Amino acid sequence: MSTATETQRKAPAGERVADWADGRLGIYGLAKANMRKIFPDHWSFMLGEICLYSFIIIILTGVYLTLFFNPSMNEVVYHGSYEPMNGIRMSAAYASTLDISFDVRGGLLVRQIHHWAAIIFLAGMFVHMFRVFFTGAYRKPREINWLFGFLLFVLGMFTGFTGYSLPDDLLSGTGVRFTQGAILSMPIVGTYISMFLFGGEFPGTDIISRFYSIHILLLPGIMLGLVVGHLILVFFHKHTQFAGPGKTNKNVVGMPLLPVYMAKAGGFFFLVFGFIAILSAVATINPIWALGPYRPDQVSTGAQPDWYMGFAEGFVRVMPGWEINLWGHTLVLGVLIPLVLFGVVLGALALYPFIESWITGDKREHHILDRPRNAPTRTGLGVAWVTIYFVMLIGGGNDIWATHFHLSLNAISWFVRIAFFVGPVLAFVVTRRICLGLQRRDKEKVLHGRESGTIKRLPHGEFVEIHEPLSPGQLHTLTAHEQYKPVEIGPTVDENGVERKPSALQKLRARLSKSYYGEDNQIAKPTAEEYKEITSGHGHH
Amino acid sequence: MSSQQIPEENLPEVQDTAHGAVEGAGDPFADPGLPAHRPRIQDIDERAARRSERAVAFMFTLSMLATIGFIASYVIFPVDKIVYIWPLGHVSALNFSLGMTLGLALFLIGAGAVHWARTLMSDVEVADDRHAIEATPEVKAKVMADFAAGAKESAIGRRKLIRNTMFGALALVPLSGVVLLRDLGPLPEKKLRKTLWAKGKQLVNMNTMEPLRPEDVVVGSLTFAMPEGLEEDAHDFQTQIAKAALMIIRIEPDNIKDKREREWAHEGIVAFSKICTHVGCPISLYEQQTHHVLCPCHQSTFDLSDGARVIFGPAGHALPQLRIGVNSEGNLEALGDFEEPVGPAFWERG
Amino acid sequence: MKKLSARRRHPLAAVVVLLLALAATGGLYAAFAPAGKAQADETAQSLAIDEGKKLYSVGCASCHGSGGQGTTDGPSLVGVGSAAVDFQVGTGRMPAQQPGAQVPKKKVIYTQAEIDQLAAYVASLGAGPITPTESQVDPAGADVAKGGDLFRNNCAQCHNFTGKGGALTEGKYAPNLEGVSPKHIYEAMQTGPQSMPSFPDSTMPEQEKKDIIAYIETVNGDESESPGGLALGGLGPVSEGLFGWIFGLGGLIAIAVWVAAHTAKAKKS
Repeated sequence: MSTATETQRKAPAGERVADWADGRLGIYGLAKANMRKIFPDHWSFMLGEICLYSFIIIILTGVYLTLFFNPSMNEVVYHGSYEPMNGIRMSAAYASTLDISFDVRGGLLVRQIHHWAAIIFLAGMFVHMFRVFFTGAYRKPREINWLFGFLLFVLGMFTGFTGYSLPDDLLSGTGVRFTQGAILSMPIVGTYISMFLFGGEFPGTDIISRFYSIHILLLPGIMLGLVVGHLILVFFHKHTQFAGPGKTNKNVVGMPLLPVYMAKAGGFFFLVFGFIAILSAVATINPIWALGPYRPDQVSTGAQPDWYMGFAEGFVRVMPGWEINLWGHTLVLGVLIPLVLFGVVLGALALYPFIESWITGDKREHHILDRPRNAPTRTGLGVAWVTIYFVMLIGGGNDIWATHFHLSLNAISWFVRIAFFVGPVLAFVVTRRICLGLQRRDKEKVLHGRESGTIKRLPHGEFVEIHEPLSPGQLHTLTAHEQYKPVEIGPTVDENGVERKPSALQKLRARLSKSYYGEDNQIAKPTAEEYKEITSGHGHH
Repeated sequence: MSSQQIPEENLPEVQDTAHGAVEGAGDPFADPGLPAHRPRIQDIDERAARRSERAVAFMFTLSMLATIGFIASYVIFPVDKIVYIWPLGHVSALNFSLGMTLGLALFLIGAGAVHWARTLMSDVEVADDRHAIEATPEVKAKVMADFAAGAKESAIGRRKLIRNTMFGALALVPLSGVVLLRDLGPLPEKKLRKTLWAKGKQLVNMNTMEPLRPEDVVVGSLTFAMPEGLEEDAHDFQTQIAKAALMIIRIEPDNIKDKREREWAHEGIVAFSKICTHVGCPISLYEQQTHHVLCPCHQSTFDLSDGARVIFGPAGHALPQLRIGVNSEGNLEALGDFEEPVGPAFWERG
Repeated sequence: MKKLSARRRHPLAAVVVLLLALAATGGLYAAFAPAGKAQADETAQSLAIDEGKKLYSVGCASCHGSGGQGTTDGPSLVGVGSAAVDFQVGTGRMPAQQPGAQVPKKKVIYTQAEIDQLAAYVASLGAGPITPTESQVDPAGADVAKGGDLFRNNCAQCHNFTGKGGALTEGKYAPNLEGVSPKHIYEAMQTGPQSMPSFPDSTMPEQEKKDIIAYIETVNGDESESPGGLALGGLGPVSEGLFGWIFGLGGLIAIAVWVAAHTAKAKKS
């Protein structure tokens, strides 16, 4: 044996390991396709990475926390190091969270990293989702990945909710109480679901251990699967890119995974982790020791959920107290309508890609991103959605805004009630006008060049600003976007003279399509002829 | 419905010029192709490159020191040591030092790697072709044929009895899982309608754990009470107090607008459920001048001088009132249970 | 006798006699002084009431009526007690400046002596809660944990978990308890100022009030510990969410911009 190998050059150890793995896993085939995979450089393409990394951080720190946390509602009398709780009766879950915070060295840090990372994870997903939305990156072939991302956001909300409920403190317990009240409001099945979920009447002794298995196993398990699917699809589809010289719908321009993105993306993981660790060193999150153990007859003002549940809280807070009592039954509209709206508002976001593609009839692949201004109706709708979301977030924190801006709680509630209807309409109209204005400015820029800031005095005394013509690359970038014509119903009489009645759906679609691509809803791109006419006649205008 | 196809002329022209090529030189907006690569300072100046190298190595070294600092902090600082750090306040020395050192150790690895990538690795932009996602017609035809062959061999289309019973079996089997969930909890029955309150139960002051006497309760004061016999260490304390918690106030009888409220009170002492009828928060933000009580969770506001009716917010009905009187020992007592379910409304509430 | 006369000349005899004499004088003083002091107090008290009445007619009578009977602008002060005056004037709430949803805490314009005189006058109008003594409000030795439990049961619903304050209806609010003196906290519980209900000794004994004061001092004082770092106002998830968005996500996006940015190119030579 030894003589045989000595005669050949001995392969380096790494190569031999790789050979071994290739013989079993076929890694060379995978690496061939992916090792030098190209990723475009843009800061907004890294928002998803922030989410991915905070998700990993949450899993790592979460596993550590499970080593010390005791998900039990057994009552204990606390005698640990936190003096202001000494001798207080509390659940073992709350007591073990106090122990993590005060007796386990570094436990508080890990708890804070876990919770800050969760806050950032959800905020990151929100911003990432709207980056994708406003640039139209959800269009074919990425609709399924949009749904994966959407599901991750929604599941993230519920994982967060079940997670911050685990310490069984007075604040989160109040949130659990709300959940139970909301479940009770469901017609027919409400009381049954409540009894089954809580193992009896509220609060019972089961809910923490049940939330625990949901929080550490069920939801993160599903999310992990979705994250992997999301990433596989990103690799499979290759990343989208903004229009620019050399960038087409058929290529992707950027830097290779090995080495640049290995270092940049890998390094970014450490940056995110390090940043969140520093954040957790300087800022408290969820100081459960200050909140006290949960008691269903105690409460504190300022009872809010974590931010990502805040918009649901807003719906619940500003809803009028409608209740219908008929035939011995109660329909609790005051709670039910907010629950339904919560689903509808989120669901609209999930379905948008499909609705838009139906309206526009666009079934082609898109790998070049839209600039938000070039899709005014979509951008307007997106801003309208975000407006509803943030108006409701204000509603969800109305008591805090009231005290810190010296306003009346009731006035804020009324403002939110009105803004829920007026805000999105206003936001839509204003956003679209801004988009169209920006389109006009782009057209100006293409035809007349960039304002240089240099003022020149003409011989006859007039002052003019010198406009510099754009480079071919800039000209291309500003005119690369596609412009559609609205879908029409078509002739209502066919070639044989038979009258064809367009269905109501077709009419609706034509109208909607017009609102996307009608004459007033996009500024026609400058044509090559216009450009040539103006540039040839340069000097006199 | 299948969506109506859009006539091709309504879609914009596809502008897919190959990268790098300048097609149709006459078109001023044509893609000029990838711009030529311009070198960085590090690419042409070896001294600059060496500076970058040193910076990266410096960051990695600092990271190592930070990890050592982390271990040192873990050993040095007692877990309960509090120090004053401006502007954070009186913070845990251990949490601060562990967080800062761990944060720096991680951050510097990342910063080093990114600086390395940005300054020393090639920054030549390359274009990679995309490949069609959809299969070619030949591939699709092959798949369809294979599928048809498989389906035919299984005879699933022909032997309908097998197909139908299989679907039936598959549809039924998950029911076992649903059935297994039955023992998650008991049935609701009348549980939500009953509380611990009953005729003759004394009202116990939750601060002193002594029975409340009418003379203890003055106008403008606020007291919380629970039924006698409920112990804080009872196994079902939480579940019972979640329904039985009371809010006791006193209003001059002439100021009570609601007739029933006045009758159910004792000399102006009224006992209302502390549990909000919206979603069950303990509602007790009592404003003694207006007799309004506000829920801190969703801001439902009730007027305690008028039968606790809702005057603002999302609650759908008034707070239940407990009828009270005085027993032979001169203590306040309940004259029965609440007449309606306390807490959030539900379908069977009626 | 011989023994005694012999000891009379003992060098320590003088000391013993002196001590006995002192003790006797002290005893006599102790026996007579209280009566004398009470008499002196009574005169001082009536003096204080007179002074207080003068202060009252200048600063308070326009709203509360010349005899404290109340007007449309201000409630009757008969029976509110000296504790209410000490709280309202001692925290600067009274005299009120302008009408609003709630009279806020502001700069105190009377000296403590003047406040005591005002309190004495108002207390003379009708019996009510008396300004507590220093030992009554001293939280030393109180049970902080019990105070926390009592605080969450009686106070947190309006004043927040650690007494940071919170909103009430129509622009009213429960104020932040940071920096409020133990005496004023005690008086507020005793008297129930403005919207706040009272927690009289009959339902919340003195010791429990001390426990509550001790808890507030522990969690909402200058020296309060916040082991995890910045307390972010102690307001809970709203401020945490804002901080997370602005500094957390904001910081990470700033880092992302750096990571993705193109490195500076060499200048064209």
